[in-house]
Amino acid sequence: MAIEIQPERAEPTGGGPDIVGAGLPWWRRFGVHTGLIGAVAGYFLGHWLGNFLGGGYDRSSLADTNDVAIVLGYAVAVIGWLVGLGVLNDLFLMMLGKPVREEPRLLGIREPGVAKYFRFTLDHKVVGIQYLYGMIVYFLTGGLFAMAIRSELLSPTYHLMGPDQYLMVVGEHGTMMMMMMSSVILGPFGQYFGPLLIGSKRVAFPRLEALGFWLTVPAYFILLSAVLMGGFPTGWTGYEPLATQATQGEDAYFFAFGLMGISMILAGFNMIVTIINYRAPGMRWSRLPMFIWSMFTVSFLQVLAVPVLVGACFMALMDRTFQTAFFANQLGGSSFLYEDLFWFFGHPEVYILALPGFGVISEIISVFCRKPLFGYKVSIAGMLGVGLASFFVWQHHLFDSGINPDMRPLFMLTTEVISIPTGFIFLVAMGTFWKARIRFSIPMLFALAFYFNFLIGGISGVFLSDVPADTTEHGSFFVMAHFHYTIMGGLIFAFFAGIYYWLPKMTGIKLNERLGKIQFWTMFIFFNTTFLPLFALGMMGMPRRVFEYARNLETLNDWVSISAFCLGVSVLIFVINFVMSVTFWREPEVGNPWRARSLEWQLPTPPPPDNFRRVPVILASPYDYGVPDALPVADFNPPPGVIGSAYAPASGRVEG
Amino acid sequence: MSTADTPAEAGASASPEPRHGWRLFSIWIVLSVAACLAIWFAWYPHMPPGRMSDSAQGEQFDIGVLAVSAAPVIIGVLLYFIYAIVVWRARPGDDSDGPPIYGNTKVAATWIIGTTLIVLWLFVFGTVQLVVPAGAGAGEGPSPIFKLAGTQTAAWSPGGNDMLQVQVIAQQWAFTYRYPQFGGMESTVLDLPVNTPIEFHVTSLDVIHSFWAYKLGVKADANPEVDNVAYTTAKATGGFIVRCNELCGIWHGAMYNNGTVLSSTAFQTWASGVQAKEQTEGVLAALPTYALTYDPTVIPQLGKNIVQVDGITGAAGYYYGSGDPVTP
Repeated sequence: MAIEIQPERAEPTGGGPDIVGAGLPWWRRFGVHTGLIGAVAGYFLGHWLGNFLGGGYDRSSLADTNDVAIVLGYAVAVIGWLVGLGVLNDLFLMMLGKPVREEPRLLGIREPGVAKYFRFTLDHKVVGIQYLYGMIVYFLTGGLFAMAIRSELLSPTYHLMGPDQYLMVVGEHGTMMMMMMSSVILGPFGQYFGPLLIGSKRVAFPRLEALGFWLTVPAYFILLSAVLMGGFPTGWTGYEPLATQATQGEDAYFFAFGLMGISMILAGFNMIVTIINYRAPGMRWSRLPMFIWSMFTVSFLQVLAVPVLVGACFMALMDRTFQTAFFANQLGGSSFLYEDLFWFFGHPEVYILALPGFGVISEIISVFCRKPLFGYKVSIAGMLGVGLASFFVWQHHLFDSGINPDMRPLFMLTTEVISIPTGFIFLVAMGTFWKARIRFSIPMLFALAFYFNFLIGGISGVFLSDVPADTTEHGSFFVMAHFHYTIMGGLIFAFFAGIYYWLPKMTGIKLNERLGKIQFWTMFIFFNTTFLPLFALGMMGMPRRVFEYARNLETLNDWVSISAFCLGVSVLIFVINFVMSVTFWREPEVGNPWRARSLEWQLPTPPPPDNFRRVPVILASPYDYGVPDALPVADFNPPPGVIGSAYAPASGRVEG
Repeated sequence: MSTADTPAEAGASASPEPRHGWRLFSIWIVLSVAACLAIWFAWYPHMPPGRMSDSAQGEQFDIGVLAVSAAPVIIGVLLYFIYAIVVWRARPGDDSDGPPIYGNTKVAATWIIGTTLIVLWLFVFGTVQLVVPAGAGAGEGPSPIFKLAGTQTAAWSPGGNDMLQVQVIAQQWAFTYRYPQFGGMESTVLDLPVNTPIEFHVTSLDVIHSFWAYKLGVKADANPEVDNVAYTTAKATGGFIVRCNELCGIWHGAMYNNGTVLSSTAFQTWASGVQAKEQTEGVLAALPTYALTYDPTVIPQLGKNIVQVDGITGAAGYYYGSGDPVTP
């Protein structure tokens, strides 16, 4: 049973500490500005140290600096950023034997104004909002790179960019998007709604959670800094030995990706512990919302798979800086080792991207079908099954790579088997739609599009799992279309569904509905006109990441490029809608606009600083729509005896 | 087409009034049969990658069968959603909830069994299609287990069942082909005989490339220090293009060249001619001894160690000194 370890305060609303230092002006307190100073100072310190230590490793006359200096510069810059941000303040206090401030996690949220969003604030609701804006910035940056790619591909022979610039753009697009996608739902919605949906006042490790977000910021800038050094030629996969051969931009790629990996591990770790230990009394595993189940599975994938990425990035950086030879075939290393490590992370990563989408959409269809989720346990089995199976499929990325072929039938089987639990998700959706009362709100439209896109993405995945068919499709635009259908068509559509669904709860403001509908329809139509022809292009022999292609493919490529620009416009419509609605129009929506049963919508908007005045007792499933005498989902003011006796057997104070 | 896991059937058993189910089922049957027939008879003969070799034919057959298997599933799911949107949308002013259906074991079991059967069928089919046509044109690494029948000979001659060995050497950013049965001669075009078992040995001198002869249905990564074997048998004469399929640096997009499938005798004439020409011009003597892999730092090109990396003894990536051109 879940344990609430924060003792009930006698006066639930008025309690909590004063805001320490609130009287100081913002520039005298720790925040992004001090973090920036720390980062810049740290970079120069690290760079100097690198030149001091590794001056003899100067390995390229193309740049006047060595890789050791760059990597150490990044590393010390990140440390400087965190110190400047005040991440380690409490740690320093403890080291000095001074008392730590009480309840630091509640400090930020009580502050008025927006300053708390630019600080190391420990409240999960603040971190959720920070993630939301951060991930949108990531997404828009990656999207601009995508526009650049499609501009270059307008013509097979006439070039807007040089080949090195083109690869830089391709690599930046892929890596930026991959780094963003792994946090795009777990970050904003997972952090914000995780505790709200399980009836908790807090997350388990607020510092790790906030640290997870603040690492995505340097990761973004470090990845972009590759542009200053000519980019990196390896795409988002960073295959060796090309990565060792590449110039200094490659350091930025490995460092940023590894840093994002650490952020993912921290976020996942915090999420697992929170979900296991911080559920309210009565929030049984069988009442857990599907979104929480998806966060739970994804967090396990992150904690188990991402360390492999961090390790691979570290080894690759060692190869590049201190001239180890983990991945150099000529010196006893193996380029296959990198491919295996990368995809051992990379395939669970693909499901780290897919599962949050399943979770968000499962929440939404139940609300807008006005029906219980069909086959709740089947849905859980689907998520856990996908999560488990995702560790046993990675070699399907390497069917043509020259590893021994003995295991190919096995990996073909595991890859196809993973479509069985994925099919559960569709079964659940179809069962939920049976005789429903479907409301076509904007979140529901995105949810429907999610199923359409994911169906095409999933079925094309079966084509890729088949070794003979994969011989033609591997590494071609077919693969590209496949994973854009699952990731953009799946995850990003689910992300937009989540924004339209949850933004009223997060901000008390609702997005403009007319613009939302325009965005949905343009996005759905142009997404499909962009990526459906890419299947054909791949089948007709166009490899990925080329800037020149056969002349007979020009018409189709032009069609795709123009569609992609229109797709970009649809995202622009979203940006306009978001900025205008949140900043200027501010149409309030403080109630429960969707008439949803789940816990977060029963709270006032915005949720109080510690979420629940008292720890609620969960009485029923969040999906009991259409049940005539359904209990409310929770008792928000349970009798005092309930907690501490039957429901919460243990309690103790744990340092926040 | 008998896929048991249709949404129509799922609907039929969940419903107290089976009208929806039967309606969906009949539409689905008609559409699926029509789609499958259209795919198989109209589309399949034109599907990529064509029929230029046995591996290409195998891949085309595979893609066709997968398309026929996938069509009823796609049609079923989409049909169901469209039907649901049309029939079960909330009418204006309708604030009621739907019936509280929490699940249905029969429907779930049918669905799970159905998808499992499809998956097992695809697995068995895929494995047969992988094993029988000798690895389906995919690179099998240095010790292939799905082998093509053919006689290994020191000198290749047309007419018999001699296996033609062709080494594909990839480097940034070009392919070179060596024919060990013709004195180890080298060519920058890939000419091949028709109706002959061919054994490609794909390797690289620097980074990972991928040898993709699209029309032949062959794809094998070129790794440094690794011999990656792939098989095919060309079935028709004509030209084809070889492209690099693995990102290998800035000119990856421009890394392609041409090949031709010739008749056996024409190929014999061409290959012997090139061999003789390279013999007299001294090229063969200057080439490194034929081997399955090469270390580019010690290739005695034209008799000299021209790849010198000044003062660097560390990891890979030093194939080019700073004086080397950025563009080829």
